Amino acid sequence: MDASPLSTYLDFLEKDILAFQRDAETGAAVFYPRVIAPRTGAALTWHHSAGLGTVHATTVVHPQQGEPYNVALIDLDEGFRMMSRVEDIAPTAVRIGMRVRFRTHRPGGDEPPIPVFFPAEAGA
Amino acid sequence: MSPALSPLPRGGAAIAGIACSDLGAVAAQMSPIDLMAQGISRALEDCGLRLADVDGLFCATTQARTSAMSLAEYLGLPDAYTDSTIVGGSSFEVHVAHALAAIDAGLCSVAAIAYGSTQRTVGRRQASVREYNPYETPFRPFLPASAYALAASRHMHLYGTTREQLAEVAVAARAWAQRNPAAWDRRPLSIADVIAARPVSDPFTVRDCCLVTDGGGALIVVAPERARALRRKPVYVLGCGQSITHASISSMPDLTVTGAVAAGAQAYRMAKLSPREIGLAMLYDAFTINTILFLEDLGFCPKGEGGRFVADGAIAPGGRLAVNTNGGGLSFCHPGMYGLFLLIEAVQQLRGEAGERQVPGIHTAIAHGNGGVLSAQATTILGTAEAL
Repeated sequence: MDASPLSTYLDFLEKDILAFQRDAETGAAVFYPRVIAPRTGAALTWHHSAGLGTVHATTVVHPQQGEPYNVALIDLDEGFRMMSRVEDIAPTAVRIGMRVRFRTHRPGGDEPPIPVFFPAEAGA
Repeated sequence: MSPALSPLPRGGAAIAGIACSDLGAVAAQMSPIDLMAQGISRALEDCGLRLADVDGLFCATTQARTSAMSLAEYLGLPDAYTDSTIVGGSSFEVHVAHALAAIDAGLCSVAAIAYGSTQRTVGRRQASVREYNPYETPFRPFLPASAYALAASRHMHLYGTTREQLAEVAVAARAWAQRNPAAWDRRPLSIADVIAARPVSDPFTVRDCCLVTDGGGALIVVAPERARALRRKPVYVLGCGQSITHASISSMPDLTVTGAVAAGAQAYRMAKLSPREIGLAMLYDAFTINTILFLEDLGFCPKGEGGRFVADGAIAPGGRLAVNTNGGGLSFCHPGMYGLFLLIEAVQQLRGEAGERQVPGIHTAIAHGNGGVLSAQATTILGTAEAL
């Protein structure tokens, strides 16, 4: 195997693409990226997400130092779920069922890019 | 694929001895293996066996990578059958099933199941190093609390479970703890206190979260006929079940339905019992949402009704169902992997040795362990001779 599932995913993210896999036999969406498909053991193919999803669950973390921030689970329209956060609004304003859109966040330094989300209504 | 533990024989083993090690804040420089050994020594004393009788070691701790090896060395038991399965806080419910299987197969005859943790003394970060998950860690969830908080957010959204109902769980646990002299936190606690406490990860405040203590303990498990020859009233292992649905919260199939559904169903089937016939429910309360989820998933109330089920003191002393009578992980003690204490309390209750908090006239109890972030669910149903 020339590239690990994680490095392939991150290479896509560097190009502002949110990538996920599908089970080559059943077509089921798979996330996080793996070497084989869960349950079936089938091969996996890579796909680009349209980057639109819905907030499935949300919490606001209150660190002992620093400002509260959002952590959410996002259901992407292609049928996979991931952890992320919703930006551009107050962490307490994030609601289950809210439509959100993906963008790449680049923390800088040695940190890899991460996919974050913002309210879809706020513009595309 | 049939359930992992389904061929186990009902009543194929009995818990003959139980003990807690030192709890709370233990002496400086105590190791987790010291606490395991102390628990084993006390549990052997409880049932009248000697260390030389032990030929099976089952143990787990986050502070020793090869804990069975360390424990075998410490105790000088090179020939012991060993099993250090670790699936988080439910490891010990799994160990009971494995000990039953090993005894039934003739691999050992006196199994010691042990736990030790010094997480309060050394710090939680030191005691339980969290693995980096490239798909979660960058978002800085405060784990494990945020994972359970996400499940709680979903339960509140779908079923109208309220902030007050979550708080009821902590208040009931505290009321039980006030009847347990060994409990770590016995101060008065109200619903308003829980809600006004320091926020951790919404909807949870610090009072929705388990304690951070040291502690450990042990069980001695033997064949039923051997247990009847020992000094304590035997408590039989009637049912076992397990289900591991995920490791990380973002991979949990359904945030409001845990693997306790499958684990409980296996255990009830093996025990030939239904929820209505259970006298005591010991449900791993790492966070207040746990108790609500497990009441539903183990069949004590319909899905979505857990919040309303616990309201108005229904699981507090004098309520409709005895739940977490030691005070739970919320008020009794929580050294990181609390599952062993569910079993210890269930045995104490079934023996009729629970003092001021004794639930009268019970012959069955369910001990439901939870590991990871609602990940590894393991159920043990226990009963007295009357339930055999």
